[in-house]
Amino acid sequence: MPDSPDDSRPSEAPGSSDPGAPASPSSAHDGHAEPPVVTVSINAPQFEVAAANPEQVERGIAVMFVLAAVGFAGFGAAYWQNASNFWLGISLALGMVGLGVGMVAWGKYLMPRGPFSESRHATGPTEEEREAFLTDFSSRGKVAIERRGFLLKLLSLAGGVFGIVALFPLLRSLGPLPKHMFYTTAWRKGDYLVTPDGRRVHVDDLEEGGVLTVFPPNDIGGALSQTILIRPLLTDVVTAPLRKTWGPAGYLAFSKVCTHAGCPVALYEHAIGILLCPCHQSAFEVGPDKPAVPVFGPAPRPLPQLALYVDRKGYLRAQHGYYEPVGPGFWERGDRGIAQ
Amino acid sequence: MIDSLYRWVDDRLNISGGSRKLLNKIFPDHWSFMLGEIALYSFVILVVTGIFLTLYFVPSQQQVIYNGVYAPLRGQHVSEAYASTINLTFQVRCGLLMRQMHHWAANIFVGSIVVHMCRIFFTGGFRRPREFNWIIGVNLLILAIFNGFLGYSLPDDLVSGTGIRIAFSILESVPLVGSYLATFLFGGNYPGTSIIPRFFIIHVLILPAIIAVLIGAHLGLLVKQKHTQFRGNGATEKNVVGAPMWPTFIAKTQGFLFLVAGVTAILGAVVQINPIWQYGPYVPYKVSYAVQPDWYMGWLDGALRLMPSWEIVFPGHMIPNAFFPGVLLPGITFTVLMLWPMIEAKVRGDTAEHHLLEEPRNNPWRTSIGAAVLSFYFVLFGASATDVLANYLEVSLNTVLVTFRYLVVIVPLVVGPVTYKICLELQHQHRPTKTKRHNIVIRSEEGGYSTIEVAPRPGDERPHLEPIPVDAMVLVDDDGQPIAAGRVAAGVGSGGNGNGSGRGIFRIPRQYR
Repeated sequence: MPDSPDDSRPSEAPGSSDPGAPASPSSAHDGHAEPPVVTVSINAPQFEVAAANPEQVERGIAVMFVLAAVGFAGFGAAYWQNASNFWLGISLALGMVGLGVGMVAWGKYLMPRGPFSESRHATGPTEEEREAFLTDFSSRGKVAIERRGFLLKLLSLAGGVFGIVALFPLLRSLGPLPKHMFYTTAWRKGDYLVTPDGRRVHVDDLEEGGVLTVFPPNDIGGALSQTILIRPLLTDVVTAPLRKTWGPAGYLAFSKVCTHAGCPVALYEHAIGILLCPCHQSAFEVGPDKPAVPVFGPAPRPLPQLALYVDRKGYLRAQHGYYEPVGPGFWERGDRGIAQ
Repeated sequence: MIDSLYRWVDDRLNISGGSRKLLNKIFPDHWSFMLGEIALYSFVILVVTGIFLTLYFVPSQQQVIYNGVYAPLRGQHVSEAYASTINLTFQVRCGLLMRQMHHWAANIFVGSIVVHMCRIFFTGGFRRPREFNWIIGVNLLILAIFNGFLGYSLPDDLVSGTGIRIAFSILESVPLVGSYLATFLFGGNYPGTSIIPRFFIIHVLILPAIIAVLIGAHLGLLVKQKHTQFRGNGATEKNVVGAPMWPTFIAKTQGFLFLVAGVTAILGAVVQINPIWQYGPYVPYKVSYAVQPDWYMGWLDGALRLMPSWEIVFPGHMIPNAFFPGVLLPGITFTVLMLWPMIEAKVRGDTAEHHLLEEPRNNPWRTSIGAAVLSFYFVLFGASATDVLANYLEVSLNTVLVTFRYLVVIVPLVVGPVTYKICLELQHQHRPTKTKRHNIVIRSEEGGYSTIEVAPRPGDERPHLEPIPVDAMVLVDDDGQPIAAGRVAAGVGSGGNGNGSGRGIFRIPRQYR
């Protein structure tokens, strides 16, 4: 080795290896020159393979590549034979892992062990470069563009109009304006309470502690009109002073859309009088003097209650639609329609 | 043949002219540098498996009656999206494998981005001049999370459908424009019939295109600014030490692509993920137990659960509960994350360029802040399983929830100072050398012990080699004659004269073993 590489390597200042020491600003900007030439013998140990036993490693890699070929062939066979997911995946994985291990080992053990380095030049431009660029940019700009300030203004006008017009249909036609959409549901005065399979709910249908999901007849399965019907008692239930007639024969109906994030409040625990939302575990107390007020979890508001009555044939019907918006809050809602 | 083809292309694109330097690009050798590669290769796998899935998936909420091979669902009303997902699972050859590999790759994609980001954060890899790449990386994380959520939503099953409902509620909760955002995205009030087709096109075209462009920029900046590196092995602020792109790094990294694909294939083969046929189709009034999103949405779900039941109401307007955990928390999270390099530079007054990485212990300030913040998100993640934990531990849900509400405040306050202390302790310890070598312990005749470091190879008298600067080197043969590279360096006599000819030529000796 005529010239050992470490002799002519640019030496590292010992101070620069202090933990956390910032590079001095001057050192960041003197790196534009090419580094001095270093003569290296082609027999330098850095060019030797990394493995101590290359022949053995080579054999191992060969085995890996053969396994990969077998794996891929197996994958083809498995596909052809419509084999199970397990065999498809395992054969594919065998091929991939075989290739992967083989190639990584090849790169790691059978290639020059290094280490090698390359020099790093200053990241930013020199002050002269920066100045030259800016001068070119602004001087040309001044002459060719700024002199025609009027044209520039008209160009901005045209571009701006295009921008606004492009934005308007793009956004506007995506969907309707919300308007009163969030305030009403499909429930109307006199609507029968209908089960998902389209059956009207009769006053004798539920036992004490029973629960049903009901809809208005014109929106069966509706995501927003879904209502949970429970029967905590067999006699009239008054959940709030102004809701004297809302719970005939012990039937209470609440919006099933959680006031937190809109999941279906699907669980009714009769023993403790709780409606529970399985998504984020908001619990609402229901029963006499308990109008589905949230007692636990993130839900901020009670579930709206649907006023019921029993008609002459014994069917449960809605006295009126919901008196307040169902589901989670939104900006325009404010304090309007907060439960009476 | 290949020769003349290359010549044909090269005459038109001039590959040879500018790309030789690229062959010499040095990649530092440290395991933690593979984390970003995992992310890159999961993206490749996502694209490949994703293309397969688009050939069979029908992005439509049209209700149809299922009559495929899966008997328990036959006769049920399901959406075309759900039916086609079931069909591609059970009737398309390899369909289940591709679906499961796609889903696993998505989880690995986001996971490796997060771990990669932690590595960059805790070692200070984001410092000047790499702030742009940090910001690009944070945006990639955001897009990966979004696109993961969209893809998870596409099959229109019971679990993901509930997630879409929650997404609508969160959009709706945005002050001022929330109602408009929600109705515009969904094409009307919830649920509408547009959301699956729209999620589909965003998931398969819009976001992947943006992600691909950002990955290109991320890697382009990496080449332009060169790698950071750990100290040791001759690394300085003015060089990059490692292995050259061609052939060493190419071999390793291509192998690594296959390894990531292999692991994904194993997972797809043996670990079931998202069995939507068990969940059933989405029905708005039904919901299932233990409704958990994919892991990377867990912290948001946990935050939704832990949020106290507050809501800001004032005449005419309201800021709903879901806004705070669903919009404000991620908003603050990602804004602070993106601005962190600038925040740290400002607070610490360190605006110098850094190419050497810090060991986390040597910057206790940053490490403890990072650990505390991470622990906050870990607790939120844990909180997304309150119901499962309550069930499993047989404790009341209230107890679990209240405990988590305390933990989310206490844990970061404990983790921060403890981490700070640990960092200081570790600083006093002997710094481990980069590569561990075996030692031979020798007992002398007098009974004393001494150790000798074993050379990495038998008979190797130089275990620690100095890096060869590839861009400055002029290779010489046994006679001291410079080795020429084709016609470029022909005739260069004595070791290059600074105009570049002859230098930087990387040859592997013939007697290579």
